[in-house]
Amino acid sequence: MSPEMPTGFFPPELLRILFTVICAIVIVFGNAVVMGYLERKLAGRFQRRPGPMEVGWHGILQLAVDGVKLVGKQLMVPKQTDKVLYRLAPIISFAPAIMPMVVIPFAPNLQGRDFDIGLIFILAVVAINVLAILIAGWSSNNKYSLLGAMRSVAQNVAYEIPMLLTLLSVILVTNTFSLRGIVEAQSGGAWFIFFMPVAFLIFFAATLAETNRAPFDLPEAESELTAGFMTEFSGMGFSLFFMAEYTYMFIACSLTTILFLGGWSGPPLPYGEYTSALWFFAKVYSLLLVMIWIRWTFPRVRFDQLLNFCWKYLVPFSLVHLLVTAVVVKL
Amino acid sequence: MTLYRFLAEGMFLGFIVLIVFGGMLTVWSRLLMHAVLGLAVVFIGVAGLFFHLGSPFMAMMQVLIYVGAVCVMLVFGIMVGHSPTETDQLRWSGNNFLLASGTCIAGFILLSATLIRTHWTAAAERVGDYSMQHLGHAFLHQFVLAFELISVVLLIAILGAIIIARPPQETDPS
Repeated sequence: MSPEMPTGFFPPELLRILFTVICAIVIVFGNAVVMGYLERKLAGRFQRRPGPMEVGWHGILQLAVDGVKLVGKQLMVPKQTDKVLYRLAPIISFAPAIMPMVVIPFAPNLQGRDFDIGLIFILAVVAINVLAILIAGWSSNNKYSLLGAMRSVAQNVAYEIPMLLTLLSVILVTNTFSLRGIVEAQSGGAWFIFFMPVAFLIFFAATLAETNRAPFDLPEAESELTAGFMTEFSGMGFSLFFMAEYTYMFIACSLTTILFLGGWSGPPLPYGEYTSALWFFAKVYSLLLVMIWIRWTFPRVRFDQLLNFCWKYLVPFSLVHLLVTAVVVKL
Repeated sequence: MTLYRFLAEGMFLGFIVLIVFGGMLTVWSRLLMHAVLGLAVVFIGVAGLFFHLGSPFMAMMQVLIYVGAVCVMLVFGIMVGHSPTETDQLRWSGNNFLLASGTCIAGFILLSATLIRTHWTAAAERVGDYSMQHLGHAFLHQFVLAFELISVVLLIAILGAIIIARPPQETDPS
């Protein structure tokens, strides 16, 4: 500790940390509510039915009612389970979901902390989720849960490779792991999606698989595995998994926005250091809408198709892409 | 003692408690799965110590590789064979007991002897985080050969796993 640090009882830096944590939690819960409503409404529209309509205007309060219902449910712990791990699994899945919010730059002045290895921080923290899914699947002592968890790991490990390789292509160009640095490298409309559209597609496909979204939602394929690793969970246990999944989707789309879509950059706004978060959220939610659109439009792939798609197409393409990027950068 | 200092020391003690707790869980639990998860807790605690010592890159790598990859692989291997209701019996019989306590005592003596005999020099005051640059330079200039050889070790590990997991070969008529 350097001696110049403020010595007051409640230093401003501590207030900043508290404020960041509160904002992160607000974003997580707000995103879960918005996404829950959008998903149900759009799912209805894609299937030519109205979706939730009863509670509030066009069912806009449906999620609040559902939340009350889930909180009010009795917490069932089935017999023959590992009681402690069964309780802990949703928490282990949810807790790391909040942490990446600290390093995501929403606007030039809206960022918890600019970390020079922010990208690695997000990847490291999100890796804990795989462990949580495994614990959930194992502690339930249920065949469906176990199979769902095992699929999830195979999928996550496989798709991490093309994701990291495409990410490396971007890093080769920007020369920094700092998320702010990556956004600033794309200022003035020079978004990386224009220079490397293939990388964008590979990355987006890989994030679909990493967040267990359709058409790669095999860990929770309801037609074969009831609900996969969360079969035995009810009430708040289930809703924590549910919120964690939407948060991971948000993080994945934020990363895609930061890496390929220029982050907060867009037409100038008044008080742009803060309000350009609007562009960021607009891009993130467009990507999230695409994810919902894909989920309700395409059928689920088979497991061998899933792994073949990764190892035979995504990995070779991303490797070639990395090589080409390296050559172009060094020319 | 300023508030920051107080918080930092508190975090340090918290991480130590986490490591000791995880270690005890690893050693004493009767369920293999609990032991592995205790190990994961230890790794997270060690990552916290790296963070505390001002080396976030090492902390991130610790979480990414040890928790996100090694522990996941261990859990993956265990979860198929053991169900949550099967606890192992304590076996304090002859050879096991002697071997285990011998190994533990020898390891303890070796480590503490090294710790006591080493002359520790305090690191120079640093401004900012240079751990990543230093690591990069060290790996790709000074220790290039070792760095490359480590990947060969990994390759051999994978090959060994394949050989062990391969089904027994039938005699080929040709």
